[in-house]
Amino acid sequence: METVTINNNFKSEEYFINMGPQHPATHGVLRLILTIDGEIIKKVEPDLGYIHRSIEKMCERDSYQQIVHLTDRMDYLSSHINNEAVCLVVENALEIEVPERVKVVRTILSELTRIASHCLWWGVMGMDVGALTTYFYGFRDREMINDIFEETCGARLTMNYNIPGGLMFDIHPNFVKRTKEFITHFRAKLPEYDTLLTGNVIFQKRTKGVGILSKEDAISFGASGPVGRGSGYSCDVRKHHPYSAYDRVDFKEALKMEGDTFARYQVRIQEMWESMTIIEQLIDNIPEGEHKVVTKVVIKLPKGEFYQRVETARGELGVYVISTGTKNPYRLKFRSPGFSNLSLLNHIAVGGKIGDLVASMSTLDLVIPDIDR
Amino acid sequence: MNITENIQDWLASMMPESVASIVALVLVALIYLGIFAVAGLYLVLLERKVAAWFQLRIGPNRVGPLGLLQTMADALKLVSKELTGTDKADRFLYNLAPYFVIISSLMALAVFPFTQNFQAFDINIGIFFLIAISSIGVIGVLLGGWSSNNKFALIGAMRCGVQTISYELSIGLSLLTMILITGSLQLSEIVEVQKNGWLIVQGHIPAIIAFMIYMIAGTAETNRAPFDMVEAESELGAGFHTEYSGMKFAYFFLAEFINMFIIAAIATTIFFGAWLSPFGITESIPWLGVFWFLGKTLVLVFLMMWFRWTFPRLRVDQLLTLEWKYLLPINLVNIVIMAIIVWLNLTISWQ
Amino acid sequence: MNNEDLQNIIGSWFPNPEAGNVSEVATISETEEGLVESTKTEEPVNPSLLEFTKESCQFLNITVQPELLHRLMSQLKSNSETNFDYLFCLSGVDWEPELGVVYHLESTIHRHTIVVKVKTEDRENPMFDTVCNIWKTAEFHEREVFDFFGIKFSNHPNLKRLFLTEEWEGFPLRKDYVDDINMVIK
Repeated sequence: METVTINNNFKSEEYFINMGPQHPATHGVLRLILTIDGEIIKKVEPDLGYIHRSIEKMCERDSYQQIVHLTDRMDYLSSHINNEAVCLVVENALEIEVPERVKVVRTILSELTRIASHCLWWGVMGMDVGALTTYFYGFRDREMINDIFEETCGARLTMNYNIPGGLMFDIHPNFVKRTKEFITHFRAKLPEYDTLLTGNVIFQKRTKGVGILSKEDAISFGASGPVGRGSGYSCDVRKHHPYSAYDRVDFKEALKMEGDTFARYQVRIQEMWESMTIIEQLIDNIPEGEHKVVTKVVIKLPKGEFYQRVETARGELGVYVISTGTKNPYRLKFRSPGFSNLSLLNHIAVGGKIGDLVASMSTLDLVIPDIDR
Repeated sequence: MNITENIQDWLASMMPESVASIVALVLVALIYLGIFAVAGLYLVLLERKVAAWFQLRIGPNRVGPLGLLQTMADALKLVSKELTGTDKADRFLYNLAPYFVIISSLMALAVFPFTQNFQAFDINIGIFFLIAISSIGVIGVLLGGWSSNNKFALIGAMRCGVQTISYELSIGLSLLTMILITGSLQLSEIVEVQKNGWLIVQGHIPAIIAFMIYMIAGTAETNRAPFDMVEAESELGAGFHTEYSGMKFAYFFLAEFINMFIIAAIATTIFFGAWLSPFGITESIPWLGVFWFLGKTLVLVFLMMWFRWTFPRLRVDQLLTLEWKYLLPINLVNIVIMAIIVWLNLTISWQ
Repeated sequence: MNNEDLQNIIGSWFPNPEAGNVSEVATISETEEGLVESTKTEEPVNPSLLEFTKESCQFLNITVQPELLHRLMSQLKSNSETNFDYLFCLSGVDWEPELGVVYHLESTIHRHTIVVKVKTEDRENPMFDTVCNIWKTAEFHEREVFDFFGIKFSNHPNLKRLFLTEEWEGFPLRKDYVDDINMVIK
């Protein structure tokens, strides 16, 4: 729709707008240069690099235990899963078999991280489309998870609880009890989310049919995680390349076919339900045993190339290590999910309105340090 | 009888007639200005407390007991700010724009019947006056956007203007629906008619529909969420009041809250019987009417605040579609239904 | 599809014209156990222009010459038996002295994975063909590789620096990059 013109001298022409690095709607320091014609967007060009810290170059001079500490600064909302990725690479390369206890605890913590990340996403999604109160409800639930993490891992955001070989210390005695309390609490609260946003007519009108991504485009753009699953592309790494304890739990992959913003939204809500199912299956039967396997102090990977894929809250994170047998990797590349998800923003936003751009971007769930590394 | 005449008579005993009338006008205006400027500030505080209550937190509670002096402090801060302005802005219009907005808001307050005999002006075209005055506010918005010499402010102002003008239609038509029952535009007579039962009860179905349309349109008229895309997009494309700062910005800001109060007050007067108590329980104590009036108005203000903190925003084109394709046809049909009901004497009334 | 079949199918697309010749120098032939190097053998040279290896890697690796890169990639995607439609990792690597790019591909239908490597000795002006027209995700990834390694991609729609500013000189992830201010060497 074109803007109303009162004065004939003001013709609709294309002009540039900066959604600058500091902006309430871009979740992090992302600069988008929009070319718009009236209300319709013609082109979206992201300008990255505001939080680029050259993590990949730093990894070339750090030992593997130090690299674990760098990973949770990338996608800080799935920090536990990022740490797990590097630990798995090292363990698979050295062919270390970690105890069952470690695998189960890692899975439980990964799923708790996923729920925490989605809680924050939901709060921010509501805020972006205008329902300002959802932010507080999302954070209220996330605080409970952060408290569990603080007790067991020692930190709320950048946990560093995983180390190559296992966990840094054993879980706190209260961990099981508090996790169960959280699950009971959250099972009652999650339908509240549905009542507030999902069923709301205004919200549905803002998100249905907006930002449509077809399945072929999703695969071609490398979309993964909920973005891919919202378009019908079954890409859950936990199902196709299981790691840790995922091969022994029973859960459904959340898939929707429509490919619009509402479908991606529903996929994430469904994922929260599935995460709770996974935790419930594991929390009562944590096997006894050691919490780590003692590795050498100086870890040297054998010569070769190793790739590990994990499913973070954003999508598929890949860790690609080329090692020449020394104590630092020769080259370490992080395939970040947000990077590929961002590349399709231009594709889904063109032809829509600015309000649609904001709604679509919040379902892509971008965390900019993940993209910039 | 109303207070202006009372004051005028009192003053006439001390000075000549014509001077007394002018002094009475000025006195009443100053009293109202004082009360409602402060009331506007307290509405802002109420909004912050209500928002905090919805968001599971406390809200301002440091400045003054229970945070009651918070907005006073904010007003003091705004008054002391530097009045910036752009070079190429049209100086005269730029300075004039905020006054349109605040003056039209304050003028509308003059005709409300707070209780029996407590009305500043009881003109026989009360409702018409209210609707007309609220239309003047749009001029201020458009002037502000145009004179800022800022492309984005202009777009924001035009969008805001379109929204306000469209929803005024719905407001006018839904009020017209109720006038069919009362038969008069004069506010005190409307209250008289409601002594037989509040108008929303008298008009049953079409009145309830009219009330719902009126609340939706009223929220949209004041650019509040869920219809505040114009202001929220100021994150991106700048609203019409970007170039304003200090006291002038305070005028725009305050006017929004006073407008909200006015919309609620009109609804109270027309639908809920102004200062009348529910079943006539405190009929014998007329000055309690003020509390009934304020109570009902504040409930409606709370409802509008509730809307703001719960619903997502509508997109600009969805806003206008709602008005022109949905609310307006429903309104027109509603008027016809109400006319039939009044003609066939199917209204509910007692005594 | 297992690696054997993949290797046969892909290798057959680029038959080596010198396949029939007997070579007297050391030839490398691939076997399951690893690279076997033998001299003065009567076995023919690599039947394909591509080099396959699975030694010290998780997936089947293909090393290809830069000239054949685009042909190989488009065939990998379009051929219905391989059907590699998901490019999930594109990394630049500085194999001293060569510069190279590593592509990780997966098929969403057959669920097999493969790695393609391409290298060039030219460090002054390294250039490969772009694969943006095959997989759209490559557009951003190739910009990143250009930004950090200086490898140019022909026919890329928008090849400019992605993370670093336009005025930045040098290519940081190369092994010979020197920066006294920003790099802390231990």
